[in-house]
Amino acid sequence: METIRLHKGLDLRLKGEAQKKVLQTLEAEVVSVKPSDYRNMVPKLLVAEGDAVKAGQFVFQDKKRPQIGFSSPVSGVVKAIVRGEKRKLLAVEIASDKETQYVQFEPLSVSKASRQEIQKVLLESGLWACIIQRPYGIIANPEDTPKAVVISAFNSAPLAADINFSLKNDADAMQLAVDALAKFTSGKVYVNLSAENGNGSPLNLLRNVEKTMFKGPHPTGNVGVQINHLCPIGKGEVVWTVQPQALAAIGRLLSKGIYDVSRMVAVAGPRALDPGYVKCVPGTPMSFFMKAAGVLEDEKLYGQEVGVRYVSGNPLCGENVGADGSLGFYDDTVTFLTEGNYRELFGWAKPFRMKKFSTSRSYFSWLAPKKKYEADTNVNGGERAFIVSDVYGKVLPMDIYPVYLLKAILAGDIEKMEQFGIYEVIGEDFALCEYVDPSKIEIQKIVDQGIDLMLKEMA
Amino acid sequence: MNWILRTMDKMRPTFSKGGKLGWLHSTYDAFETFAAVPATTTSGKVHIKDCVDIKRVMIVVVMALMPAFCFGMWNTGDQHAMAFGLQWGFWMKVWYGFYRILPLILVSYIVGLGIEFAVAQARGHEVNEGYLVTGFLIPLIMPIDVPLWVLALAVAFAVIFGKEIFGGTGMNIWNPALLARAFVFFAYPSTITGDTVWIGGLGKHADQVVDGFSGATPLAQLADTGTCPDFMQMFIGNIPGSFGETSTIAILLGAVLLLWTGVASWKIMVSCVAGAIAVGTLAVGFDASLTHLVMGGFAFGAVFMATDPVSSAQTETGKWIYGFLIGAMCIILRLFNPGYREGMMLAILLMNTMAPLIDWCVVRKNIRRREKRAVAK
Repeated sequence: METIRLHKGLDLRLKGEAQKKVLQTLEAEVVSVKPSDYRNMVPKLLVAEGDAVKAGQFVFQDKKRPQIGFSSPVSGVVKAIVRGEKRKLLAVEIASDKETQYVQFEPLSVSKASRQEIQKVLLESGLWACIIQRPYGIIANPEDTPKAVVISAFNSAPLAADINFSLKNDADAMQLAVDALAKFTSGKVYVNLSAENGNGSPLNLLRNVEKTMFKGPHPTGNVGVQINHLCPIGKGEVVWTVQPQALAAIGRLLSKGIYDVSRMVAVAGPRALDPGYVKCVPGTPMSFFMKAAGVLEDEKLYGQEVGVRYVSGNPLCGENVGADGSLGFYDDTVTFLTEGNYRELFGWAKPFRMKKFSTSRSYFSWLAPKKKYEADTNVNGGERAFIVSDVYGKVLPMDIYPVYLLKAILAGDIEKMEQFGIYEVIGEDFALCEYVDPSKIEIQKIVDQGIDLMLKEMA
Repeated sequence: MNWILRTMDKMRPTFSKGGKLGWLHSTYDAFETFAAVPATTTSGKVHIKDCVDIKRVMIVVVMALMPAFCFGMWNTGDQHAMAFGLQWGFWMKVWYGFYRILPLILVSYIVGLGIEFAVAQARGHEVNEGYLVTGFLIPLIMPIDVPLWVLALAVAFAVIFGKEIFGGTGMNIWNPALLARAFVFFAYPSTITGDTVWIGGLGKHADQVVDGFSGATPLAQLADTGTCPDFMQMFIGNIPGSFGETSTIAILLGAVLLLWTGVASWKIMVSCVAGAIAVGTLAVGFDASLTHLVMGGFAFGAVFMATDPVSSAQTETGKWIYGFLIGAMCIILRLFNPGYREGMMLAILLMNTMAPLIDWCVVRKNIRRREKRAVAK
């Protein structure tokens, strides 16, 4: 097995990592399906309040690509349809049954089934949404034949779920899924393992795939970074990516004929009292995770009351969903962070800031490389223009000039964006660039803005 | 300490939009964020951020300038005492230097920050802290006798035409501090060239000078007489010159801090020295090229000016080329330009101009590589 070593990047050590144990919890009563989980998708609602739905039944579909639908993960009754400004659909809330009723699809024998048959059941069940294409990180186009399917078998982001634990019993289901996906691509199915603990990964058991070890700090686990080293994407090329927990769901669909997207979710973060794992479906409300892990409510930083931020995802790439929000479709981590809404007197001028981590040697956190930090959401400064030029490249292990790409995006120059590699990146790959940036620029937003522009221009 | 926060809470409404002094919003904001890191929280998908900010980066540079500044105070007094045959003790010399440099620093900050605040206010932006460094650099690269009104004009020119018209810190093409010096050099050459400007009071009281004292900088001595002070003396910096540029050892102390904290690029510093030695060796031999490293503004330029992250090359490969060419160009100007003995300022400004071109070539290679990859299949 080949090992690819990446030297650029940064492993952040944060307090509140999820312990490898399953937390006891009650069933979630209401589950929501949110259009905002899916990039570049305009929803068309298919259910009304009071309708009974089964798990695997469409709740809404994509107006632009009606064959792609989005299913309810549970069975129950549509309790509410939540709309925002201009009647924008925000969420469909479903009061879930005690016992889940599934829409029964026909199980397939993967070795015999054709691409068309597999595609049909993936589309009909709503599991197609699990397949994400690069460029742009949007749901794959069923008509495409990707040049490769790339699967990252590990999360390298801080506090993210450990797939070796969360999917340890799902190797068989994942095997079915990779065999099925192999029928879609003209190239190979790549499975990328962590050099640190990849041998113990359930994905290490997969056969008929091209396995590669990746060694190095975050973002080595980001599939975009791996693609950049295995099969870089040029203009007109498409690579598909699927997350491991989605592989398991695809496997279950193919073998049992049910839409079962339940997964082990890591509940982590410095404000979680008892961080661990829970089994649940996407759309599960934050209150469920709060009950499971417990939230440290009252905390003071620098003498000031600070709240809690509820993030669906990890601290470097997640959605701030609030206490009333719910788990995103693609997420397997929930993080309870400390809101940084405090003011720190002469913070930037202090010689030491023991509570804070910095990559800069103008602070002294490099003296304690093993120390874990209680990161909070304070920006730690004001937004400025790009000033320091060498910090971004140090945390982006890709053959890309980050600042040039970002400036091309800001200028809206499509040709330059292409030249600088917009096809190869999505926001999460730039998360660390934003983390280390002393100018406090919202880099991930700029990348997203660039991708939106590309989608608009290419449509 | 919480009384500071409470006082700021009380004052804020007055300075907010709609308040009595709402038009001073940016100015108030600058002071408030100076006193306390604001309570803003992240709003994107990245929820946590490193605690380093531009204020911290800039204060590191100011601290790195301190050894050169302190040495400059003593040296100014020492040179003055030598020129006029005064028997001054150590503290008297330091006091003289302090007394002479203080007005320069005040003028630099008052004029520069005044313009910065006004522009930020007009644009509704936050005030950039870049001028904290620029405003300190400018007095350090001026002769001590520079008239204050000339300095004020130079600062205004540098801030307005060097920075603000491009959009402020981070957008400028040239190093603003060097631009201020270049302004004086071209507009008021008599205040910054010649043998009498480098030592306090020498221009005005030339009649009281000790017999045989020249006041010429080592570079001028070398060009005119072919001799210069010995290497160690120049390395320590007890020679005439701009206020902060003379002591290579003090500058190296600052360089250690800049490199240790990663604020300045070691690639630029190393390649700058390499460029100077390479060209110097070809032209005058290795040993003579080493003396050029400790003369004039070479060390100060290589450590504090060439490494300015905004006006230098942005790509890592580009930094090697950029630094090398600065060193090379500086020595070429010094050796082959009969009119003017110092080359560092113009070398850096020239390479500031060229830096985008260097980067363009480097980045072009990356683009080609991507295009080739697409064609290969």
